[in-house]
Amino acid sequence: MSQIIKDRAIVDDQTVQLRLNEDGSFADVPAAGVVVVPLKQWQAQRDALIARGNVGVWLASDEEAEDIAADLAEFALIALDFPAFTDGRSYSNARLLRDRYQYKGELRAIGDVFKDVILYMKRCGFNAFAVRADKDINEAFKGLDDFTEYYQGATDQPLPLFRRRSAAH
Amino acid sequence: MYVYDDFDQKIVDQRVAQFRDQTRRYLAGELTEDEFRPLRLQNGLYIQRHAPMLRVAVPYGELNSRQVRMLAEIARKYDRGYGHFTTRQNIQYNWPALENVPQILADLATVQMHAIQTSGNCIRNTTSDQFAGVAHDEIVDPRPWCEIIRQWSTFHPEFAHLPRKFKIAVNGAAEDRAAILVHDIGITVQKNDAGEIGFAVYVGGGLGRTPVIGALIKPWLPKHDLLSYLDAVLRVYNRYGRRDNKYKARIKILVKAMTPEAFGAKVEQEWQHTRGGPMTLTDAEINRVAKFFVDPAYETLPGDDAAFLAAKASNPAFARWVQRNVFGHKKPGYAAVTLSLKKTGVPPGDATDAQMDAVADLADQYSLGEVRVSHEQNLIMPYVKQSDLFALWEKAKAIGFATPNVGLLTDIVCCPGGDFCSLANAKSIPIAEGIQRQFDDLDYLFDLGELDINISGCMNSCGHHHVGHIGILGVDKSGSEWYQISLGGRQGAGASLGKVIGPSFAQDDVPGVIDQIIKVFVEAREGDEHFIDVVDRLGIDPFKQRVYAGKTRAEAAQ
Repeated sequence: MSQIIKDRAIVDDQTVQLRLNEDGSFADVPAAGVVVVPLKQWQAQRDALIARGNVGVWLASDEEAEDIAADLAEFALIALDFPAFTDGRSYSNARLLRDRYQYKGELRAIGDVFKDVILYMKRCGFNAFAVRADKDINEAFKGLDDFTEYYQGATDQPLPLFRRRSAAH
Repeated sequence: MYVYDDFDQKIVDQRVAQFRDQTRRYLAGELTEDEFRPLRLQNGLYIQRHAPMLRVAVPYGELNSRQVRMLAEIARKYDRGYGHFTTRQNIQYNWPALENVPQILADLATVQMHAIQTSGNCIRNTTSDQFAGVAHDEIVDPRPWCEIIRQWSTFHPEFAHLPRKFKIAVNGAAEDRAAILVHDIGITVQKNDAGEIGFAVYVGGGLGRTPVIGALIKPWLPKHDLLSYLDAVLRVYNRYGRRDNKYKARIKILVKAMTPEAFGAKVEQEWQHTRGGPMTLTDAEINRVAKFFVDPAYETLPGDDAAFLAAKASNPAFARWVQRNVFGHKKPGYAAVTLSLKKTGVPPGDATDAQMDAVADLADQYSLGEVRVSHEQNLIMPYVKQSDLFALWEKAKAIGFATPNVGLLTDIVCCPGGDFCSLANAKSIPIAEGIQRQFDDLDYLFDLGELDINISGCMNSCGHHHVGHIGILGVDKSGSEWYQISLGGRQGAGASLGKVIGPSFAQDDVPGVIDQIIKVFVEAREGDEHFIDVVDRLGIDPFKQRVYAGKTRAEAAQ
């Protein structure tokens, strides 16, 4: 079983992520376990998936947080994809889900996830990280502490340094 | 100038440690070239023709003498004894070894400097007026706002991987010396009738392949809202800017596609959610930062220094230098001096380690220890007493930084070009030198008056050729280097983009072509009319006719 970083711990990943089949059709949903479906599948099979329960959704980087904003209570987790770490759109989606739509559940970064971007992801509200299989997850974990101080407010620390600095002086 | 506290220092120190680790992992094969490239770029490190190139940030162009000495030391220790000041007020080193870069960054951190976000698809170093704080025409000092933006943009997690690079410029004077209309975001700091400070925000300006003049989307942004509004602009760009084609990925393309009105409306809509939130600036923070930029302890001096006036009257060479290289200061008896890095035969913007050390000494002696970098690639001494000008001039002459050509034809803005840059289509430094040699008669140069020549070695437009009165662009034609010439560009408040006059020229022909263009100007000029005004009045046709006279189109294009 593969491992992920979740809430600052390395844990076994209990979920199954589905992708669209090559012809664009939906993959079969397994009978048991937490399943994470693509947005399109969620939209097409919403009622059945709610009835099944234990369902999460994942968004590609060109899909929008707004598309699932009304359904947040239904999800066991939400995953946002980084097809390449240089595609930063999922950072904005993460912040919207957390800051604007008040999503409190698991928010997982999937795709091109490794040491050097993991802290940016955490700052934008991700609490779970599916580190790329070919990267050392223990090494990636250390990336969470590359910086311990930040200037601007973000999801993990909404107060910018200038609102905390004065208290320290 | 701004001085780091423990927080600022910690962030820069942690960056050094992070980059040391990234370099180690790259050299150990744990990071691939494709992974390391965007990471190193965000630390200003390119792999160039000959060696890596390291771009060090000079936030809004401000340096103290200690920092200048460190820049000299780095040039000596890790490079080949020189550095190149850029059109974005930064400095580049062309020859550092990759393994040494972490140590260079550690050395820089000891003088509160870094290379953070000097390249890559992120928010770059904020640029400003090189005369900020001392300009006679200043309305509001832009530097505190630049520093506030610097801190906000440093490692901004949401905007670490934008569709493309993102440049912000801030101006607070009557004249725009920061070229804000050709930046992704241009900000004018202004005062309303009630004396309150606010901003006018322009978006979508830029040079490069598709030059565009920025559009005003927010005529009045209250000062406390600066960062929440910038967050909103960047969020709209991060989400909707094109990522499928790097040539269409800048914010200007998005603004154009949406129209500035629709883009502005989208930003406004986004902003309503965060406006008034934690990113709202506090008076305490504005005051804390502003305190670093209060006036130094100026002496109370009579209007003009008598000895200075006498020297000017009796020494024509000094008078000439004063006319071109000394800028009006807001304080009586003081001056801001531009040290010209445009001596013929030296690549524009280059300075040796010895010159940098000498500049640091001059700054300590004559300018309260402060130096500025201008986007025209010169260095500025912002706090010089008029009574010291003659002595400073003599010493600047001794180090080759007193060429009296600021704003004149030979004060050429020029990118490193094909001699160094792996992006370039053509060389640019030899073109600048060829033109400087063609116009080596100082009297003639002075007669010609103000004239901006900008040279870029490729469409990335680092030499800002679109806004040069005469713009020169290196192009590649089946493997050989050619130069396209445009006329009528200008920077500043009335920024406009030059028009290409026709087929491009071979390198050796460029100085002669410039000479012909100048002759048309001289013949048509009325009184002391400026070159750019003559171009505006005549249009480009008379220039075209002269330059291409007797040549068929095919010959010209050969």
